[in-house]
Amino acid sequence: MSNKASNAPLIESMGLSWFADAYTIGAYATPDSRYFVCNFGDGTVRVLDLTNTSDGLKTFEVHKGGALCLSPDFEKGAMLSGGDDGKLVQVKVDGTTEIVADIGRKWVEHVTAADTGYRAYASGKDVFVQGKKKNEEPRKLTHSSSVGGLAINPKGRRLAVSHYDAVSLWWLATKDGTAQELPWKGSHLQVGWSPDGDYVVTAMQENSLHGWRLSDGQHFRMEGYAAKVRALSFVRKGQFLATGGADTVICWPFTGGGPMGKAPQEFGGIMNGPPVTCVLAHPKMDIIAAGFEDGKVIVGQPGSPRVMPIAEPFKDKENSAVSALAWTPDGHRLLAGTENGDIHLVDFRLVP
Amino acid sequence: MSTQIPVTVLTGYLGAGKTTLLNRVLSEDHGKKFAVIVNEFGEIGIDSDLVVGADEEVFEMNNGCICCTVRGDLIRIIGGLLKRKGKFDAILVETTGLADPAPVAQTFFADEDVKRRTKLDSVLTVVDAKHVLQRLADSPEAKDQIAFADIILLNKTDAVSAEELKKVEDKIRALNPFTRIHKTERCNIAIDKILDQGSFDLQRILDIKPHFLPKEEKHDHHGHDHKHDHHHHDHDHKHDHGHDDHDHDAHYHDEDMDSISLSTDKPLNPAKFNDWINDVLAQKGQTILRSKGILNLADAENRYVFQAVHMMSEGAFAGPWPAKDSKKSRMVFIGRDLDFDALKAGFKACEIA
Repeated sequence: MSNKASNAPLIESMGLSWFADAYTIGAYATPDSRYFVCNFGDGTVRVLDLTNTSDGLKTFEVHKGGALCLSPDFEKGAMLSGGDDGKLVQVKVDGTTEIVADIGRKWVEHVTAADTGYRAYASGKDVFVQGKKKNEEPRKLTHSSSVGGLAINPKGRRLAVSHYDAVSLWWLATKDGTAQELPWKGSHLQVGWSPDGDYVVTAMQENSLHGWRLSDGQHFRMEGYAAKVRALSFVRKGQFLATGGADTVICWPFTGGGPMGKAPQEFGGIMNGPPVTCVLAHPKMDIIAAGFEDGKVIVGQPGSPRVMPIAEPFKDKENSAVSALAWTPDGHRLLAGTENGDIHLVDFRLVP
Repeated sequence: MSTQIPVTVLTGYLGAGKTTLLNRVLSEDHGKKFAVIVNEFGEIGIDSDLVVGADEEVFEMNNGCICCTVRGDLIRIIGGLLKRKGKFDAILVETTGLADPAPVAQTFFADEDVKRRTKLDSVLTVVDAKHVLQRLADSPEAKDQIAFADIILLNKTDAVSAEELKKVEDKIRALNPFTRIHKTERCNIAIDKILDQGSFDLQRILDIKPHFLPKEEKHDHHGHDHKHDHHHHDHDHKHDHGHDDHDHDAHYHDEDMDSISLSTDKPLNPAKFNDWINDVLAQKGQTILRSKGILNLADAENRYVFQAVHMMSEGAFAGPWPAKDSKKSRMVFIGRDLDFDALKAGFKACEIA
């Protein structure tokens, strides 16, 4: 690889870009790695067929207001889109939609689903859990404060709900029963599980992370961020947790007893530059894609100085922060979407 | 830097006329699209996807600092609204009648996303001319709502006599001499006169001479009125002890609401000013409801605009000085038990020698 090739962002030589003119809320690839599905702040869901990228993004009007969250459904190939019209809608790649839930004037703010056949969605303090059976009343889980994030554990059996002052852990299969509370003062937003299911980590309102090890109840704080962390992603085997919120991608080591007392590794970014707003680990390799507030997208490895530039920062462009990243499950392609509606697609098989 | 969407916080006691105003903002053709965050949908006559219900969830940031209370639900709702690019031009937040306006206002300083994308345009308080004196007597919230206000809509003026109205107006001015008062009957005022005013930009607010009550207009036999109004030096201080009401209600205490205005023609030392204001807010932020300033910092071309709600503050350079202002620095404080002499001395010490 020549120097020139390694310094130019990949998007210029082996990528494609589109402009959706709306805030990118979420993006996922279908399990067959054939489609990317994104939803947007204008209430649309757009589908990109990777076998025919020249057609661009196909747009489907789904929500009356704006979309707020997206998750792959347990039904393979379908997505769940929640919006501020109070609807949770299942969307298929051909644009077929089915309303899964309608909660009226409230917003569907978070959604997640697991292969084990559960969907969970949140509005205000309430989380609704729905199984595979149609026409079954969803189970309502009420919390003391508004929900900041949802995540189902890798085994698909347990739901973590982050809120103010705690994370609540619910077993999905039981009809009743109470939550196990993981208390810690403050407002917990995004929540995630380590791949082995032993750690629960939240990104907080207060520019820090909090983590709990379930096997022995130990918990820990990870601090030093200049901004809200916003984004967290474990690499596939859980050796590192990549996070946003700093001017570089901060990766906490989770091997050998967790991150307690260890320094994080980092990569990418400019000192005192724009913060990382989005991170996503590769599905097959120990590399991480990261997006910045200025629209820059990179791929790198914890502790490695070598960083692959994907997209350049926008100059003089407002709201250019990267707000969604998605890898295809085969790991060949990466999609990045911004608050402004720029969509980038890179095919790594074309990398010389 | 992103374009910041102006936010108006609408406060006012139950029955003052907030809902009337909200319905007007939503239904009238005033050329602006508002996203409206309400407590209850009940009385809102408009079914719009830009009307959002709030949960009034107050929480403490920074591990329990009482002065850093914010509205968590607003952070979420505004975050959601901002994802709808170009769908609205401004945001209006209604608070409940009993609400302390501080957590709402502080939300716009505390959360980085909200701060980056929105700016607090003004706190607008609707006051019921008929009942406000009673409310002020029996609830501290009513007093705070007036003290916080950049703009006051003195409503239902048709329900009181001219004399009563005058009394109410004087009372409001005593609590907050820096506010702009509009008198209305059924909130019938042009929307563009009260929303998107840039009040927090202070240009207007500080251009208005504080409406201190001339002594002779007060029928005051009991109170002491420490008024320092040296026109040539432009140092105004009003310390209203508030026993100026006729009915001598023993529970009627205003004596803790102070308004202070300071100004100087000399440029300020930026570092000194920064240290001083940070110190004042850190020490006295609990009792200072609002503080604002337009400042001439040494060696700076443009006006430096500063504002704070309790301990939470922000400051930024904001455009050149209008020629007529001749770069005069001004600051105002509204709060309880404010030490005029200390503030005056502290502000003066920031002047370039």
